[in-house]
Amino acid sequence: MDPFLLEAIVNGILLGGVFALPVLGLNLVFGVVDVVWLCYAELVMVGMYCVWFLHTQAGWPLSLAFAACLPVVAMLGLLLHLLVVKPLLGSPPITQVLATGGVLFILQGGAMLTFGTDFRSLGVEMPPMEVGEIFVSGTKLVAFVAALVSAAGLWAFLKFTYVGTAIRAIARDREVMPLMGVDPQRIYLVASAVGGGLAGLAACLLVVQLDVHPFIGLSFGPITFMICVMGGLGNMLGGFLAAFLMGVIISTGGFWWNTEMSYVVAFVFFIVVMFARPRGLFAR
Amino acid sequence: MEGATLSLEGIRAGYGDFQALFDVGLKVSPGEAVGVVGPNGAGKTTLLRVISGMLRPKAGTARFGSTDIAATPAHMLPGIGIAHVPENRRLFPHLTVEENLKVGAYIPAARRRYAEREAYVFDMFPRLKERRHQLAGTMSGGEQQMCAIGRALMSSPRILLLDEPSAGLAPLVVAQVFALVQRIRAEGLTVLIVEQNVAQVLRVVDRAYVLDAGHVVAEGSSAALASDPKIRSAFLGGH
Repeated sequence: MDPFLLEAIVNGILLGGVFALPVLGLNLVFGVVDVVWLCYAELVMVGMYCVWFLHTQAGWPLSLAFAACLPVVAMLGLLLHLLVVKPLLGSPPITQVLATGGVLFILQGGAMLTFGTDFRSLGVEMPPMEVGEIFVSGTKLVAFVAALVSAAGLWAFLKFTYVGTAIRAIARDREVMPLMGVDPQRIYLVASAVGGGLAGLAACLLVVQLDVHPFIGLSFGPITFMICVMGGLGNMLGGFLAAFLMGVIISTGGFWWNTEMSYVVAFVFFIVVMFARPRGLFAR
Repeated sequence: MEGATLSLEGIRAGYGDFQALFDVGLKVSPGEAVGVVGPNGAGKTTLLRVISGMLRPKAGTARFGSTDIAATPAHMLPGIGIAHVPENRRLFPHLTVEENLKVGAYIPAARRRYAEREAYVFDMFPRLKERRHQLAGTMSGGEQQMCAIGRALMSSPRILLLDEPSAGLAPLVVAQVFALVQRIRAEGLTVLIVEQNVAQVLRVVDRAYVLDAGHVVAEGSSAALASDPKIRSAFLGGH
């Protein structure tokens, strides 16, 4: 195989790992609370600023900045639920989407007011590694492994704990949960905190690869939603697999044509999938 | 946990403008098995929903032991010993049998006794043990009913509310379900069972209430009701 094509495929898989975390977070919140957090990518943006600020401005070691980013964004997820989503739980979906969309602009505007429009770089880059014939970015590889480990941790939480099992149950039948002693409002809080935490994790993995600016969410937010819909909204495994598929399509699209075209290819593929399987690639 | 008496007085309840229950009173003493029978739409399911907190009554009092049911959030009621096997079972079809039981043991007191309760449920329903790793939605109706009852038993309830456990099941399976109800009550668990299958249910309960259009129209011992000519002609297709 052409080593450049192989490199493109490997990069695509690594890219998919980075998409996977926000996709899992969005799917988790949607599956449990039944509300789409339109501002999800902006939560990631806040997390990226959090790491950048603590590391480059406050002088914290990178590991501490990462460790602080998780609870900060998890808390942001909690606040988003309590202040915006919870009061609108019984409202029509369009109201909920517009409300979380409003939060998107608040976070963007807030970031602009606080940090300006400059691109902020963390300034850490690991040397590329040579594996066989191809070069792999060390940062991307580490981010990929971290994403996989986090996804495995999330899976274990959902599979083996009581709360995790209740989360999977409530996605199917909300009304019956109190009969088992489960308070749905508490499960919503847990899901929102975990969803926020996943955005925080994604922020840690992205901030070492991309410069952060107030509109960074626009560069991966739309693609995240696209992957969620493609995998079947609320379907965690479907979204996870679709993230890698999309990563490879974007990356190899860039190999055959160019980077700009690669997103066009990805969107065309998305449209075709929506016609062929409107409920998602992996819907049963 | 020791027994507690379930008592309802003057319960009115409904959905929106539709009133399903009119001044319904009911009492179930510890260790008793009580049936609620009546035609479709009589308000039987609504009555169970009031007792398990899924529906707030508009008037009347509902107590279990010293707890005011109407003033307690629904998710707190399993903690005081109320377990409700709802209409249509409402299993989680995409979870395994074991995971369904695990959700049934969600309350802290049940988590601590999980292994013991699971062994108890598997002893009562050996089929569930065989199928513990199977998705609940792929089992037969009878097996699903057993799983639903098993899920309710995981919380070590003091009273078990059963809503139409025989609905949609083959006659042979219905007989099995009623045999299980008999076993559960023989172990001392209080049972309140709602059924359209009047003949069968009167054989396993001590007493029963007859509900019609939201009113209690008759009550008495199973034997008395079974021989009451009015009841016989209305429900038992008798002569």
